[in-house]
Amino acid sequence: MLTKRIIPCLDVKDGRVVKGVNFVNLRDAGDPVELAALYDREGADELVFLDISASVEGRATMVEVVRQTAGEITIPFTVGGGISSVDDMKRLLRAGADKIGINTAAVKNPQLISDGARRFGSQCIVVAIDAKYNPEMGEWEVYTHGGRTPSGIKALEWAREAERLGAGEILLTSMDADGTKDGFDIPLTRAVSESVSIPVIASGGAGKADDFYKVFTEGKADAGLAASIFHYKEISIDEVKRDLRAKGVEVR
Amino acid sequence: MIAIIDYGMGNLHSVSKAVERLGYEAVVTSDKGTIAAADGAILPGVGAFGDAMDNLRAAGLVEPVKDYASSGKPLLGICLGMQLLFSESEEHGLHQGLDLLPGRVVRLNGQGKIPHMGWNRLTFHQPSPVLEGLEEGHVYFVHSFKALPEEPRDLLASTDYHEQVAAIVGRDNVYGMQFHPEKSGALGMQLLRRFLELTK
Repeated sequence: MLTKRIIPCLDVKDGRVVKGVNFVNLRDAGDPVELAALYDREGADELVFLDISASVEGRATMVEVVRQTAGEITIPFTVGGGISSVDDMKRLLRAGADKIGINTAAVKNPQLISDGARRFGSQCIVVAIDAKYNPEMGEWEVYTHGGRTPSGIKALEWAREAERLGAGEILLTSMDADGTKDGFDIPLTRAVSESVSIPVIASGGAGKADDFYKVFTEGKADAGLAASIFHYKEISIDEVKRDLRAKGVEVR
Repeated sequence: MIAIIDYGMGNLHSVSKAVERLGYEAVVTSDKGTIAAADGAILPGVGAFGDAMDNLRAAGLVEPVKDYASSGKPLLGICLGMQLLFSESEEHGLHQGLDLLPGRVVRLNGQGKIPHMGWNRLTFHQPSPVLEGLEEGHVYFVHSFKALPEEPRDLLASTDYHEQVAAIVGRDNVYGMQFHPEKSGALGMQLLRRFLELTK
């Protein structure tokens, strides 16, 4: 049977890894290619690069980071951030990325999901959803532009629509949990996992090994993603996996 | 020199880099002469079976690949490249394969999510040079169809995904891996190394 996956996420700006706490404060945590190779050796099952460069030069740098990383690591990796066309996808896939994450562009133009899936296969297309609980909606709302813009769209509906259009996976970030280290957002993750039949990667809030156990069991996630706790060595991937194995969850 | 056969199906960069990291020269090529002269050949592939065979035919590579296999030099099909080694496939209609291994390619039974994507554990079935000295472990799969080798002896390793799925097949000098050894961590690299050692 498939194992549950542990995925470190590297936020990359102009070729350097940074991590925002609640999407605002940035700290520099190193060279993306080196860090990717390190996570590969430490047992990461996949990697995600999120390109937060704002400039054309920054995005061009990302293609080079992808090319170098593909030559260094032996696990699959996803690249997301600022991808808004099939040509953008092609450039990154050619450089060696295995999957492409799309977020704001998919909300603006859902056909990008189906175009990408038809061209490269569903397994290449990861739809990233940033969601925040909206009491007036009585549900989670999708945010775009790196969590700055509320879209008015309900997260569960959007997840189902993304699957229908051909997404191969959902990368679900809870904006309420992100940066808190109090654990993943279990109600949100579970609700989305139960709404779709494609794999869901839970993101936001991981602080300790048991948080992964909870999101895989109670949250029904297929993979758990974290950034700062791995970057700042608060916990290792190996510790997370040992804890999961001890609790009967199959990991690599 | 290892020829990575380029017929327009998928990204060959990762396979080529993995071969180089293991200390072998890799050449991504669609040139018949270069393929024939290689010490080993790898047939990668991502996409649909019918398109892949059409591309191989359009590139005039069907006979060169078959000739390569009958030369006795090691040939490895990866993912869709493994499926192409078989006689035929049911993916979107019936398509003829390279017929280097007897058997058919059929859709996964659908008890699990399709595609079968992620890390799954190998079970070894019989001794083979590509498995020598290695321990069973997890490798990375992405596929929706599976090969059914006609001859049980051609099935070297399988994985369990709500059904038995052929993971490594092989006969004489022809091998196939359904998963991506270049994306499968240390075990993937060891399996690739075992194959490459056969080219020496």
